[in-house]
Amino acid sequence: MSKAYLLKGVRVLGGPAADLLLRDGIIAAVGRIGAATAKGAEVVDADGLVALPGLVDLHTHLREPGREDAETVESGSRAAALGGYTAVCAMANTSPVADTAGVVEQVFRLGREAGLVDVQPVGAVTVGLGGQRLAELGAMAESAAGVRMFSDDGHCVHDPRLMRRALEYVKAFDGVIAQHAEEPRLTQDAQMHEGVVSAELGLPGWPAVAEEAIIARDVLLAEHVGARLHVCHVSTAGSVEILRWAKRRGIRVTAEVTPHHLLLTDERARGYDPVFKVNPPLRTQSDVDALREALVDGTIDAVATDHAPHALQDKECEWAYAKPGMLGLETALSIVITTMLDSLGWDGIAERMSRAPARIAGLRSHGQAFAPSHAQVRGGASSAKGAPANLTLVDPQAKWTVDPSRLASRSRNTPYAGMELTGRVVATFLRGVPTVLDGKATR
Amino acid sequence: MKVKHLLSAADLSREDAIAVLDTAREMAAMAGREVKKLPTLRGRTVVNLFYEDSTRTRISFEAAAKRLSADVINFSAKGSSVSKGESLKDTALTLQAMGADAVVVRHPAAGAPHRLAGWVDGSVLNAGDGTHEHPTQALLDAYTIRSRHGRIEGLKVAIVGDVLHSRVARSNVHLLHTLGAHVTLVAPPTLLPVGVHAWPADVSYELDAVLPGVDVVMMLRVQRERMTDSFFPSEREYSRRYGLDLDRLRGLPSHAIVMHPGPMNRGVEISPEVADSARSTIVEQVANGVSVRMAVLYLLLGGAP
Ligand SMILES: [Zn+2]
Repeated sequence: MSKAYLLKGVRVLGGPAADLLLRDGIIAAVGRIGAATAKGAEVVDADGLVALPGLVDLHTHLREPGREDAETVESGSRAAALGGYTAVCAMANTSPVADTAGVVEQVFRLGREAGLVDVQPVGAVTVGLGGQRLAELGAMAESAAGVRMFSDDGHCVHDPRLMRRALEYVKAFDGVIAQHAEEPRLTQDAQMHEGVVSAELGLPGWPAVAEEAIIARDVLLAEHVGARLHVCHVSTAGSVEILRWAKRRGIRVTAEVTPHHLLLTDERARGYDPVFKVNPPLRTQSDVDALREALVDGTIDAVATDHAPHALQDKECEWAYAKPGMLGLETALSIVITTMLDSLGWDGIAERMSRAPARIAGLRSHGQAFAPSHAQVRGGASSAKGAPANLTLVDPQAKWTVDPSRLASRSRNTPYAGMELTGRVVATFLRGVPTVLDGKATR
Repeated sequence: MKVKHLLSAADLSREDAIAVLDTAREMAAMAGREVKKLPTLRGRTVVNLFYEDSTRTRISFEAAAKRLSADVINFSAKGSSVSKGESLKDTALTLQAMGADAVVVRHPAAGAPHRLAGWVDGSVLNAGDGTHEHPTQALLDAYTIRSRHGRIEGLKVAIVGDVLHSRVARSNVHLLHTLGAHVTLVAPPTLLPVGVHAWPADVSYELDAVLPGVDVVMMLRVQRERMTDSFFPSEREYSRRYGLDLDRLRGLPSHAIVMHPGPMNRGVEISPEVADSARSTIVEQVANGVSVRMAVLYLLLGGAP
């Protein structure tokens, strides 16, 4: 039997102070909890800490199998737990590619062995991410990994006919295609956002239209075949407009935005430090403003990290030769608190970083409510039977400075080095078991 | 000079740029005398680090450094560890260990000199980085303009051709603007960067409308592979719309000069008659290159004037 925890004085979703009792993997009680109810529980002083449902990342690159020098399932899981996550969706662009039941089961098993977060593998849409033939989507869905989300992320499913088929096919098992929206002919050799800064730096541009054209096409395809579409890492104001239109029209589309696209702009490319090279690229301030607004009004459903670890030599080089991508798991919540708390509130952050992504990925034991409908009054406390104790505790006032050498990820490519952020994860619980306590991973 | 490196022509203040041009004039005068070597950089090491074949630029920098009595090391991508895949950072550490006082770098990747400047203690001189900049070319162009026209301030300069892929154009726009000239970029819209509106220059798609008012016309090299990538339909159409031939030369004001950074595609952006005409400064530009590069090395490394 696992240990019970009594979290005292915690502010559930930023509300008034209360106690939370975690027992047998579930949230056993919420409110003012008497000594008798909490008998045998280890007391955690959570005075002033904010409780959020465990965060869910729709977009994580764990690099295993294939690039264990950059990240492993275990090191990435640890980074995730430290960032407040209890579940991550592991992208398929590993080596070998996660395009068979065998590979997704391997990643799933490695996640369970690490035991720090639930690692939910994403399956590739096409064999080898080649964009030619559908991978065995059904086999991955039926595997032990129970894959529901499919993506060729890193590549766009560019062929419209193949995209249509993929969207249609996964309806059979309520799957969703997560599209990396990038028209490849418009981004050949592209190095950064195409605009004023790229013109000055002489770096080939990645135009906003390359993303927007694919999103426009895909929402129409999704409408035509009545399928679900998820759009990865939306980065432009124009994409937001198309998504807003599609949602108004009733098309079943969801979308995510990364923390870096909520904060950083293409101005960072000046100096040519490839730590700021990412795909899709950092855009302009008006894009940042539109993305923030869209996250508040729900046009964008979720924040997803696109955590992309890279070995040192893949970033300590010329901009054009560097691999795109940045770390995100350990800084995402702080970035969102720093940039969005005033407009989203704690409940909004819970929605965008836990509940919505859990729904999109079909992870039923994550993104739970703290006040379930079956609440019963029992000695002044309400009991939340069945709600899995997946949650994270945040010190909302804590300020910290990002030090790449102190991150749990195997890689160091954070764009926030030296930046002071607000809000720090103090503890994370996965099914009632602490994966992080006192800001340190428990294993 | 206030700057340690020369990575972009935008690094140069008006005072710095004029100091380079004035010093270059003194250097050129010196070259006319019997003793061609100055002892200024004796005991200092200048490394030419070339990742692209550019014999002209390398020789120009080499001659400049040698005339200032510097020790010159040529570190070319061919036949060295560079071509065996050594990273720029490892190369930088090697140069650092060799005690390089200055590294002159030519590289196909934009921003490579900026990266290098973060890894070595010496001065870094950008000798052309991808489609970004080529600041000493802009300085020698400015020098050439000044020696022909006696001034730069207030002159009207047309830069014609593949602006999008041209490091020469980027550096020239910065420097000519700093020095008070009025620049007009002339190109088909496909060969102008999105974002060019933010540059301190006018833009025109029509060469014939611009030529009658210019003091300087600077033709850029246009590479043949741009045609296969649909930047323009054919060499013939390009040269008809944007090439400088004798007819167009006659339409220029009588004092206007014709420049080209080389190497030229004779018959494409410039006709052979124009290239070899008295208006053309192309040979002078090459000669001025050494004096200007001496001035830059002298001011970055040596005693300030
Ligand atoms: Zn992607």
